[in-house]
Amino acid sequence: MHSRHIRVGRLLAWAIICLAMLCTLFPIYWMLRTSVTPAGDLFSDNFSLLPKHPTLINFKRVIGMTNLAETQAAGGSGARINFLLYLRNSIIYAGVVVLVQTLACSMAAYALARLRFRGRTTIFTVLVASLMIPPIFTLLPNFALMKQLHLLNTFAGLIAPSLLMTPFSIFFLRQFFLSIPREVEEAAVLDGASRWTVFFRVIMPMSKGPLMTIGLTLWVWSWKDFLWPLLVAPKEGTRVLTAALDIFLQQSPNSSPDWTGLMAASTLTVLPVVLLLVIFGRRMVNAISFTGIK
Amino acid sequence: MSRVLTRVSATSVPRQQSTRRGSLTHGDGRAAVLFLLPAVVGFAAFYIYPAIRGTWYSLTDYNLLSAPHYVGLKNFRTLAHDPQFWESLRVTVSFVLMTLASQMIIALGLAGLMHRITRSVLVRAVLLLPWLVPNVTIGLLWMWLLDTNLGFFNELLRSLGGSTQGFLTAPSLALPSVAGITTWAGAGYVALLFYAGMLQIPQHLYESASIDGAGEMRIFFRITLPLLKPIIALVLVVSLIGSFQVFDVVAVTTAGGPINLTKVIYYYIYDEAFRHLRMGYASAAALSLVLILGILTYLQMRLLRASTSDLG
Repeated sequence: MHSRHIRVGRLLAWAIICLAMLCTLFPIYWMLRTSVTPAGDLFSDNFSLLPKHPTLINFKRVIGMTNLAETQAAGGSGARINFLLYLRNSIIYAGVVVLVQTLACSMAAYALARLRFRGRTTIFTVLVASLMIPPIFTLLPNFALMKQLHLLNTFAGLIAPSLLMTPFSIFFLRQFFLSIPREVEEAAVLDGASRWTVFFRVIMPMSKGPLMTIGLTLWVWSWKDFLWPLLVAPKEGTRVLTAALDIFLQQSPNSSPDWTGLMAASTLTVLPVVLLLVIFGRRMVNAISFTGIK
Repeated sequence: MSRVLTRVSATSVPRQQSTRRGSLTHGDGRAAVLFLLPAVVGFAAFYIYPAIRGTWYSLTDYNLLSAPHYVGLKNFRTLAHDPQFWESLRVTVSFVLMTLASQMIIALGLAGLMHRITRSVLVRAVLLLPWLVPNVTIGLLWMWLLDTNLGFFNELLRSLGGSTQGFLTAPSLALPSVAGITTWAGAGYVALLFYAGMLQIPQHLYESASIDGAGEMRIFFRITLPLLKPIIALVLVVSLIGSFQVFDVVAVTTAGGPINLTKVIYYYIYDEAFRHLRMGYASAAALSLVLILGILTYLQMRLLRASTSDLG
């Protein structure tokens, strides 16, 4: 009797977890499903799990592979869009931020964790305090600054504020460096190695895991970043995917948005991160503990 | 070989050795400057400097087009008498309460179930997926699912014999819908945080509890929940600060409408700064938000210190 009770309970628990997975996946499936539906079919064929006439035309037109007539025939507005270009811009933005910021922040984190110098505590306190400042407060003056420097619609202006540091990265990496036993470095220093050598030859190779974690986190943040790129770099050459999606929506008529095109474009913003999850799934899932939060 | 050589040279030049040792323990000023330089430059240029400029703007009539003029505390006085500012704060607080409540309950439930029946990476990866998707995409996607004419959920309602709902356009539904979308976007991530916290709870507590014949519900409320208290408190602090700053989903799905009913504080500031070009006024509002969040964080931290785990 008791064991049967447990078996029913387990079954129920699994049912709830499967339901949660279904609720998570269904909206994303529906995005895919709409992206391969012809715009003309939306009224008649909008409720079945699979579209009656699957097509790739929506993808072709959002990456600029169709001419004006073809685009309009497929339900587009005729405004020029090229999501392959925006994909490239997103990759440049996220890629540069990940590489440079990870390096600059690990250097700073190492200094704050290990080196002795005056003002160390002060610097660290100011950093932690700045974690609490809402980004919009600094976003307004940073935008004004980029405008004054004529860096609007350039990669330099887009990337600059997050290129060298975020307080979170330093905080996260410092926690890890503090956990490395001092003996590891002292041996190298006794052998005459400089701080640089110790850092690049001993510490960095030991820290591959945490460096990957912070790199992936920064990639996801940059990839999701919206307001800053929309304000600072909305023109074609520097427009990233999130900004492009919003601009695409604004160009689309309010009364009847170009849903099939919008969902094809949305799919392109999701595919690269899904790929990331497939490759680094185990690492990403295990990295989510309280330190990974924000 | 090189190791032996180092030893030899070290013993033959003891003075040099001792200064090296000294620099390790008594101060690395010069090395520290180099290590910190890039990050400090970034921090000074894009955190400290704009914080000072933002504070200065809040005391001016800056409009992005002409040079700012000092106006004293005028912006703050206007702000205090601006009904839309208070309305935006009210909207934000109800959004935060709705989102936090639904997100915490769903996440705790899911984490509790996962903790007791599975360690599957696949389950966790699926739940993490929405966290990886840009909020703009999430907003757009749900705008489509909730569309009044063609959206899936209205088709579903119709096929069940219900009537069509303007989820994002009806005054009574818009804010709950935005809160629901945000919950969808974040619940899985929060569940993984709780799950990671639950893995820290010693397994033997569960074993002895089930030997004593305690049911799963009892175990959850008597063991898991009390021992998870510090994690729950931390997640609450961070989620509260985070959801106070909701912007992307609102900007895409409702743009603050209908009739400003979803105009959260972040959207209000954005609107003032970039649509009405009232940069000085928007800076004053942003500075007020800094203060509000500062006070909230302080209060929650005090609360947090009061709630330590029973694990000790």
